[in-house]
Amino acid sequence: MPKRNNLWANIDWVTVLLFFALVFMGWLNIYAAVYNEHYQSIFDTTQRYGKQLIWIGAALTIGLIILLIDTNFYVFFSYIIYGFLLFLLILVLFIGKDINGARSWFAIGSFGFQPSEFMKFATALVLARYMSSYGFKIHNPKSLATIAAIIFTPVLFIFLQNDTGSALVYFSFVLVLYREGLSGVVLFFGTLVAILFVLALLVPNLVLYIVLLAIALLAFFIVNTKLIQFTRVLGAYLISILALFLLNFLMKKEYPLAGIVMAGVLLGSVIVLLVSWRNRIKNYSLIALVLLGSILFTLSVDYAFNNFLESHQQARINELLGIESDPLGAGYNVNQSKIAIGSGGAFGKGYLKGTQTKFDFVPEQSTDFIFCTVGEEWGFLGTSVVIGLFLFLLMRLIWLAERQRSSFSRIYGYSVAVILFFHFTVNIGMTIGLMPVIGIPLPFFSYGGSSLWSFTTLLFIFIRLDASRFDQL
Amino acid sequence: MDIYSKRRFVVYGVFAFVVLLFLIILFRLQILNSTYKQYATNNVLREITQYPARGLIYDRNGKLLVYNKTAYDLLITPREVTAFDTTLFCNLLNISKEDLEAGIKKAKKYSYYKPSILIKQISPERFAVLKEQLYKFNGFHTQSRTLREYSTTAAAHALGYVGEVSGADIKRDSYYKPGDYIGVSGIEKTYETQLRGTKGVKMNLVDVHNRLKGSYRNGEEDVPAKIGKNIVSTLDLKLQLYAEKLFRNKRGSVVAIEPATGEVLVFVSAPTYDPGLLVGRVRGHNYSKLLADTLMPLFNRALQAKYPPGSSFKPVNALIGLQVNAIDRNTRFACYGKASSPIRCTHNHGSPNDVVDAIRESCNPFLWNTFKSILGKYKTSAEGFNVWRKYVASFGIGQHLSSDFANGLKGDLPTEKQYNKIYGRGHWNALTVRSLAIGQGELGVTPLQMANYGAVIANRGFYYTPHIVKEIENDTISREFKTKREVPIEKKHFETVIIGMSQSVQRNLAATVKIPEIEMCGKTGTVQNNQGADHSVFVAFAPRENPKIALFVYVENGVWGSRYAAPMASLIVEKYLTDSISERRKWIEKKMLDANLLDPNQKK
Repeated sequence: MPKRNNLWANIDWVTVLLFFALVFMGWLNIYAAVYNEHYQSIFDTTQRYGKQLIWIGAALTIGLIILLIDTNFYVFFSYIIYGFLLFLLILVLFIGKDINGARSWFAIGSFGFQPSEFMKFATALVLARYMSSYGFKIHNPKSLATIAAIIFTPVLFIFLQNDTGSALVYFSFVLVLYREGLSGVVLFFGTLVAILFVLALLVPNLVLYIVLLAIALLAFFIVNTKLIQFTRVLGAYLISILALFLLNFLMKKEYPLAGIVMAGVLLGSVIVLLVSWRNRIKNYSLIALVLLGSILFTLSVDYAFNNFLESHQQARINELLGIESDPLGAGYNVNQSKIAIGSGGAFGKGYLKGTQTKFDFVPEQSTDFIFCTVGEEWGFLGTSVVIGLFLFLLMRLIWLAERQRSSFSRIYGYSVAVILFFHFTVNIGMTIGLMPVIGIPLPFFSYGGSSLWSFTTLLFIFIRLDASRFDQL
Repeated sequence: MDIYSKRRFVVYGVFAFVVLLFLIILFRLQILNSTYKQYATNNVLREITQYPARGLIYDRNGKLLVYNKTAYDLLITPREVTAFDTTLFCNLLNISKEDLEAGIKKAKKYSYYKPSILIKQISPERFAVLKEQLYKFNGFHTQSRTLREYSTTAAAHALGYVGEVSGADIKRDSYYKPGDYIGVSGIEKTYETQLRGTKGVKMNLVDVHNRLKGSYRNGEEDVPAKIGKNIVSTLDLKLQLYAEKLFRNKRGSVVAIEPATGEVLVFVSAPTYDPGLLVGRVRGHNYSKLLADTLMPLFNRALQAKYPPGSSFKPVNALIGLQVNAIDRNTRFACYGKASSPIRCTHNHGSPNDVVDAIRESCNPFLWNTFKSILGKYKTSAEGFNVWRKYVASFGIGQHLSSDFANGLKGDLPTEKQYNKIYGRGHWNALTVRSLAIGQGELGVTPLQMANYGAVIANRGFYYTPHIVKEIENDTISREFKTKREVPIEKKHFETVIIGMSQSVQRNLAATVKIPEIEMCGKTGTVQNNQGADHSVFVAFAPRENPKIALFVYVENGVWGSRYAAPMASLIVEKYLTDSISERRKWIEKKMLDANLLDPNQKK
């Protein structure tokens, strides 16, 4: 039986150790990324590794302070912290400094502060507070609306700062909501939307419509194997398409084939939906509805892609999907990043021996592309170890969250895990060409005070909550 | 325990899925795929070509003919260029602002990151000034190249020149890269592979901005440039200069050969040009100027002017007649002078003549009768013609001499087929093709081939392929040039013909061509020219016994062989064998030097 009152005995030292390991390895790689024969002292604060040492020292202080603060502080002050950071988030729009086209930084002398980094833990706290409140029911429309408001208010302002990467992080909360009882259908549709988004840009529309129709027909067949019903559905679609095709021909209009097929599938879906609705065949109306929605969604993706995204964002997505290849333009970062990682081989080129790293071929190498240094100088061995450590940390956090007695701690713990997971996935995915280049840091690894402190805060609040798990009844 | 606790496994699953996906991709990227290593190497390695100095060229007596001078190319790396003082820059380099802008635009089009040549061949003097100021211009650097420099204005056609490689050259030989130099003609072309040496490479490390970061592996992988091999030419510079001097204000050619070796002593095509004109930045401008010159200085007459040899060809027919027993030493034919038929005689002499008289007097009817007898000895004229043709060809006439001259012409030696085509099979005979008897008609011979023919007579029946290169440093010259080529005619027949050739010089041309103390043998010729005065030709060798030099001189619009070609040949021979011109022949030298045959209003 652990001692209830001894804070230090109840701290999960495994997590703390993982934290130290990642921060230390991160610093080693930052040193390598900016290494230069002329500045060899590791305490040289004109260099990034020197500064990062200061940030690390400060982060440890922050961690210690967090551990010393009573857990109730976070519960009681969650709304105030959230409100204060939201204020900063709005303020930065007016007095912030433009860096790389995003206005998300306060510049205080040579020191920068990014409120959107800290907004993450504040949002997690408020979400935990709200969802752990008495009588909370997740599928209550009012609850859903409140959750949406909590999550999307910061997202809105971060989008306004033109910092798409940081804004997308908040979508990872969907996993927390899922754990807390949100219907799996939401996850399913989330995944469907993501896949459709990619396909809409990648596959010719005609092919996409036919594939969607084929999948829907398969679904119709599976949910009801009676041949007569299936034939009716098939007939509805085929006749719709054929009729529109003939109409186009007879009226001497010259609509493209893809448009006719799309209209036919839409028409067919509407017919199937109406008929099955009237006959109370719930499965059929659902499938028809999903098909209808999917097609409308792909249409809107095309429209949004062409009309809402800026050209550099379009270029990056096109590059990622392999629609356009421009290794010296939009694809330059990723191409050089892949070269750096790929050239590391099994065991790497050796510490401080990476040529890609040393000669600045990868932009943003100490921040967003720090994983390249690991890949180049430590090889597959290094990348596996780093990924392994992250997996260990993430699994550990879930495991810790599940052992909490209070739902507040559990929800907060899950939030920490999924936020770290999102950063981990997008950042590493980006360096190996799996994700578009949206600049978000690798937790504990990337250079930068704001991000290190925000992740430290995020993690240590949970360590503190976990340490006092026995206090809760 | 809440009811959704089991959902943690879905979350675990999502984490595990992403991690597994990353590991698979990283495994492929880092372990299975090796191309990224190559890309990384390409990123940081910059190979800097080290250009070797081209081999030097000497004359046969060790006098330096061609050497190298250093010039500098200015290179630009557009990405590194920062704002600079363009006026100062243009003044330093003596270029216009428009040229500079056009150059920078071109460089940018090529690459922002890689250096490209902005200005070629800056002289060392200009470079010295530029170098002090270069620190003011970011993104510019220089590289040194070697250019040809000539110690003499002589022998331009033999030496040839060096130019920038063409697209075809690069396609043919991957050694060449755009901007490299290559021998375009003469020795420079034929011996390109020996002269050029081997380019070296220096491996440097560069960063993303293409800034130098030191040498790769401390220079272990560097390959030093190997300088080109030096070449000793067979030319005799002193004699070459003398021959070129004699040819001032004249068009024509001289080729002189050392009969015992086939080494070319003199190789003149007049008018010539200063080879220094075709070097460096002025090359393009000078080249078009030379090309437009109506006197065609770029035209290599020694190799490419082909014309019927005229009377100078008569010894060949006499030799063949003797060899196939169509005539013998004592055979005589009557000459009726201008009344002779079918070929009249243009020379004034006695009758009847034997073969020695005929060579001496250049008697047309004798050679016509000889030719008729040769063809008549066989069943058909065609068969006789083919025998005749085979003998002529053995002198190297109508043949590529496979010498080391670039761009040599084969010349024309008619074939049976050709005549069949013109006259029909069986419808032609000696009479039809009678012009061949006196070296006219369908024959086309180059001065080099004629000089070689002179060497054959001097050697009494053999020759070595004429060549222009004597030695190559650490290398050997082609075995072709050491192989004796026999003409299937007995030596005694040569002795017979040589008597006639000697008498021609010692008796008939005593006044202007005979050299004191040296017995030169020669045969004059006159080449009919429909466009103006006839051309003057002379083939000769000396001394009669143990000949040291065989040569052929050809003077355009020189009217008769004896008027210009023969005296000029005698002067060249005298100069070569005695190193000076004897006092009593100075007037001939002066007359030859003063003659201007370029003037269309000259006295004919």
